[in-house]
Amino acid sequence: MAAIGAARAPVILSTRGLTRTYAGVKANTDIDFDLPAGQIRALIGPNGAGKSTFVGMLCGRIDATRGTVTFDGQDISRLPAHKRIALGIAYTFQITSVFAALSVHENVALAARRAGGDDADVARVLDRVGLADRATQSAGDLSYGHQRILEIGMGLVQDPRLFILDEPTQGLAEAEVVEFKSLITGLGDTTVLLIEHNMSVVMETAQFITVLDQGAVLAEGTPGQIRANKAVQAAYLGIPDA
Amino acid sequence: MQRAFGLHVGVIAVLAALYFILPAYHSGNLARIMVLAIYAMGYNLAFGYTGLLSLGHALFFAAGMYGLALSMEHLATPALPALIAGLLCAAVTAAVVAALALRTRGVAFMIVTLMFAQCGYLVVLYFSALTRGEEGFVIPQAMRRIAGFDLTGATGRYFAALTLFSVTLLLIGAIVRAPFGRSLVAIRENEARATMLGYDVQRLKWLALVASGTISGLAGAAYALLFGYAGASFAAVPYSILPLLYVLLGGAGTTLGPLVGAAFMIYLFDIAGDITDAYMLIAGVVLVALTMFLPQGILGTLRKRGLSWLP
Repeated sequence: MAAIGAARAPVILSTRGLTRTYAGVKANTDIDFDLPAGQIRALIGPNGAGKSTFVGMLCGRIDATRGTVTFDGQDISRLPAHKRIALGIAYTFQITSVFAALSVHENVALAARRAGGDDADVARVLDRVGLADRATQSAGDLSYGHQRILEIGMGLVQDPRLFILDEPTQGLAEAEVVEFKSLITGLGDTTVLLIEHNMSVVMETAQFITVLDQGAVLAEGTPGQIRANKAVQAAYLGIPDA
Repeated sequence: MQRAFGLHVGVIAVLAALYFILPAYHSGNLARIMVLAIYAMGYNLAFGYTGLLSLGHALFFAAGMYGLALSMEHLATPALPALIAGLLCAAVTAAVVAALALRTRGVAFMIVTLMFAQCGYLVVLYFSALTRGEEGFVIPQAMRRIAGFDLTGATGRYFAALTLFSVTLLLIGAIVRAPFGRSLVAIRENEARATMLGYDVQRLKWLALVASGTISGLAGAAYALLFGYAGASFAAVPYSILPLLYVLLGGAGTTLGPLVGAAFMIYLFDIAGDITDAYMLIAGVVLVALTMFLPQGILGTLRKRGLSWLP
């Protein structure tokens, strides 16, 4: 089960035995995961499969019960979240999480400054995501879809090496989803880890897919392989594996 | 940005002019208001900008006050070094208390800061051989001068208060425009998001609280120096609540809100006291009405209703 390009591209992120238990209930069990640099990877699975817990442990929002996370050859398992971000990981929240009282420009500028960017970077990103004409509005006054897009812009402006997006297209209009797909596929050498429920987004953007079910890796493969996988179909349809 | 700086300089100029216009009673009041506004500006940095609701800032005010007053009283330190001693006391106290209190958040943070301040109050009482407790002590008039400049008269006191107020106002104005200040606002607005943008939220909150406590200590030291008295009542709970009220009334997270709030409240008590002995009743009703109809304070409301450039 070789990942596309895995032979050439070095692995930028990997986990070994990553586990998280909540009061004895296992949300993630012994997840071994490798992500080659430059790949767009989708992470899918039924509700409650442990996807958000998993990426939470990657970027430091959630402490792992045990196991390791390695980013670019460095063990980051014990690093606090802000230090992982400083290494070049960007994260967008599942539930829209912008600075509501601040302007759109200031939201992106806060993200840019931390990553060493300037106002030119902010302007460039606002232009790219189509929010340039709303730069002075309060982020809280934007429509839900625009807030999602702003959130993505706050990730982009950090020029991350690994961009983790937790259900970025949730609540977006169809046209915005189309925009999002071209945005993600046009990122160049940024590695992307995408939690997504919208299968058209997954199938059209991801080069490789990891399926989580009940806190463990159920299957990995190309979109074609995953589509044909009986176990994945069973997990999604909630019927016993045929 | 230029407009904000211009406004600050304009306010300072008006305050300077007011001394020559106002009757002596009111300019005396205004000197006190400016010192308390310094205190509220320090508090505002933690509460208004960073979102840290402390109920223990009297500890920092008192640390500055006693740092200055005790070194003048017992070590015969001249005023300027004593002022620096006061600042250092407040800074060290804030550094230690912040490191411990910031291990908590929300309601627990309020309780922990309140308890630390109570400890400070009890320490002042415990060492009443040195501090003379509730009764307090008067700083000798002859000592209250800096570089030959007499701080005991109306003029000296007013312009010393104005100088310290101006320095603090311009400093705060610069801090909140700088990347540091804007990251504090980010923490206030959405701490989880700020963390996930790579901000070291714990460290920034600590720095904010140390700066806030040190400025509060400057106010305490200035109060003792200009009004010539230090007493335990300045370390008690009401003095932790006052800056919160000033800031809420004037507008949390606005640079001039603390001045407006302090002036409003001191004159509210003053005027209500002229009308009736039950002045607390009038003041209470006005405060409740203000919170109901101007929940963002006076300047906060103005900023929302069109003056969006207000710093």
